[in-house]
Amino acid sequence: MSLAFNHSSDEPKTDVVLAARNIAKSFGNTHALKSVNFDVYHGQVTTLFGENGAGKSTLMKVLSGVIAPTSGDIILDGSPALFNNANEARANGISIIHQELSLAPNMNVRDNIFMGREIISNGSVDFAEEERQTRELMAGLAEDIDPLTMVEELRLGQQQIIEIARAISQKSRILIMDEPTSALSATEVEVLFNVIHDLTSKGVSIVYISHHLEEALLITDHAVVLRDGTMTAYAPRKDIDLEWIVRNMVGENFDLGSPPEGYQFGDVALKIDDLVISDPNGADFNVVDKLSLEVKAGEIVCVYGLMGAGRSEFMECIAGRLNAQTGTILLGDENISKLSIAERINVGLALVPEDRQKDGLVQTMSVGQNLSLASISDFTKKLFISTNSENTLIKQSVKAVTVKTSGADAAIGSLSGGNQQKVVIGKMLATNPRVLLLDEPSRGIDIGAKAEVFKLLSERAKEGLAVIYSTSEVAECLSIAHRIIVMHKGQISAEFDSTVSKEKIMAASGESVAH
Amino acid sequence: MSTTAQNKPAVHTPAQPKTLDVGRLLLEGRAFFALIAIIIFFSFMSPYYFTFNNFLIMSSHVAIFGLLALGMLLVILNGGIDLSVGSTLGLCGVFAGYLIQGVNIEILGITFYPSLWVVVVLTCALGAAVGCVNGILIAHFKVPAFVATLGTMYVARGIALLITNGLTYNKLDGKPELGNTGFEWLGFNRLAGIPISVIVLIIVALICGLVLSRTAFGRWLYASGGNESAANLSGVPVIRVKVVVYMISGVCAALAGLVLASQLTSAGPTAGTTYELTAIAAVVIGGAALTGGRGTVRGTILGALVIGYLSDGLVIIGVSAYWQTVFTGTVIVLAVLLNSLQYSSKRNSR
Repeated sequence: MSLAFNHSSDEPKTDVVLAARNIAKSFGNTHALKSVNFDVYHGQVTTLFGENGAGKSTLMKVLSGVIAPTSGDIILDGSPALFNNANEARANGISIIHQELSLAPNMNVRDNIFMGREIISNGSVDFAEEERQTRELMAGLAEDIDPLTMVEELRLGQQQIIEIARAISQKSRILIMDEPTSALSATEVEVLFNVIHDLTSKGVSIVYISHHLEEALLITDHAVVLRDGTMTAYAPRKDIDLEWIVRNMVGENFDLGSPPEGYQFGDVALKIDDLVISDPNGADFNVVDKLSLEVKAGEIVCVYGLMGAGRSEFMECIAGRLNAQTGTILLGDENISKLSIAERINVGLALVPEDRQKDGLVQTMSVGQNLSLASISDFTKKLFISTNSENTLIKQSVKAVTVKTSGADAAIGSLSGGNQQKVVIGKMLATNPRVLLLDEPSRGIDIGAKAEVFKLLSERAKEGLAVIYSTSEVAECLSIAHRIIVMHKGQISAEFDSTVSKEKIMAASGESVAH
Repeated sequence: MSTTAQNKPAVHTPAQPKTLDVGRLLLEGRAFFALIAIIIFFSFMSPYYFTFNNFLIMSSHVAIFGLLALGMLLVILNGGIDLSVGSTLGLCGVFAGYLIQGVNIEILGITFYPSLWVVVVLTCALGAAVGCVNGILIAHFKVPAFVATLGTMYVARGIALLITNGLTYNKLDGKPELGNTGFEWLGFNRLAGIPISVIVLIIVALICGLVLSRTAFGRWLYASGGNESAANLSGVPVIRVKVVVYMISGVCAALAGLVLASQLTSAGPTAGTTYELTAIAAVVIGGAALTGGRGTVRGTILGALVIGYLSDGLVIIGVSAYWQTVFTGTVIVLAVLLNSLQYSSKRNSR
């Protein structure tokens, strides 16, 4: 793009340490990257923005030597470099923190940090020295984690910190961070950002990827936006704002919708009384503590809360996956507290789970088989499945939730994240629920797909479906929800209508707004 | 979205139409081609191999492994493993022999001779009971399938040895005056020239095929094998499915035990030792994934035929039994290698 390199006059003093020139990468017929150019500056943070599937992760893998580009050059310190594998890149001072954790849960923190680079003295591993360095790293990250703790005993967020510590300990000149904050709490994010400032002041260059746009804007010096495998925009931080990023990411102004109007809510569809859920991992506290809630037919309720606020447990308990300690759940007039998951689906309550890979999809089955899975007994005549009615249902579902697929027989893995999510939603909608729960329906899907999912939900609400969805992004609360519930430590800390401000929601959730 | 508009042609124009992708065809039909290769090879090596009669004899051998393998297929599709089938086979054979010899009820001072149909039904029920124990241990008490079925493997074998005190039942003919004759019918008779054991295998295979492809239970089986947690949240009764799957496996083992005892006209407590491994091998050669969710009846039957025709062929051309073991092992490893090739290529071809 023409914007790409005219900024150099603004910052004449900074040196480019790593540059990508005309990088292209194809997987068969799919062009993940088409001629990408961008620079990483000495001691600065460069953030890559882009929707899912825009090519960010592929680009990071190319830069860190995990995969080789189809064409194009990587310029390291002014001369072309070609890395055959991640180890060669690491030897040249480039390391990457992957989005998926790559820790061994059965080993302790110290051993994980020094995995593959054990400190050897006199022919054996110097555990004492490793431990000392680990303690130092933990102190630097302001985390109170003992080096001898097993990784599996740590929270997901703490594991992420270990991952970060490992990358830092490799003393890389260029550190690539792929969504490092996705599992961190607000305070941990703050600490991480301090560490990043610290690193950049020591001359380490950071390449940063995040879906959390506001957060990334706090620390970045440069913004690169990818769309569809091409770089669509580039600018230094001072020239840009949130809107600029979103505009360049999606190509147009995007609106996640507004609460559907022009109809009356029906009777109470779901009534929850004094629900108490103890910690599923056996800890001695309640993840949901005396929570009561009523949702009417046709109403859309958003549940907002930080990680660990109890949103997922709340939803899983209503759906029957977790047992409630006390409390009742009424669907219409019927008490469903004692029913199994299958029975709850039959009476009209369905859950779209948070983790669609782990809990939502059967990877070995086709798109069509996934769509019909939850309602398969509805079109079983006597002993056998009626192929006709199954195909009719699949066709209807594909159309209703606008799944983009080459056909019902396509492998579920061939779909993009957004379309996979639509399949999970379509599967549960096919059971004709009266109440639909969605746990973070927008997680890991791009803005375009988010808008489509929300539109779909608001259309269903107009037809009388009660919708409860949870989210950890404030912008998504202020979209289609008629009512916003904020959860904090297992309780409802506030309840708002759709005219509330973002700040009020965040304050009620116990979130500190970093500036 | 503008993005998909550009990508769509790439998705819809079938870049590789199903014409001449020889490699792909060979890979997907590997069990079939292996079978053809085996038949051609041994037909050249021995004039006796390629005769109708020999095929029928070999097929009646295959029937035993085939029955075990079909039960094993269901278990493996569900993401489990059943090591107890060989022992269940032995136990059920002995149990059938015990019933035919007559059940002596001392208190009443009579000996009870059940008729043959009763023997068959009771034996199948015993197989189902062993499977039910497996299923309950695995589904309800969350014992890993490998360990649970390893345990029942020992227990079933031990009970078989206890019943006969280590001896073998030899007289399975029954007596005409007691009305329990005809046990050899299963192993020796033919219907329209085809051994009964092969017909039993065909019927069980057809039932399994129908269950897997056309019933909700089959879909549930594939789903909970592919992703148990997703299946559970979709309302699939995963625990019930699991218990039933192991019960079916037990019944298949019982049928195989009846066929074997009838073929040998004797029921020994050590019958079927290590057969569970052959059954697993047949399933794997047939292209099923040990991780669950992938596999077909057709493939498993082909896998059983490959193993049976190969080992019988080696016997016919006079290769030593030790070499047979080496060949069988090689074929299994090759099959697993090709399996991982197929599934990884599927993942990459997205």
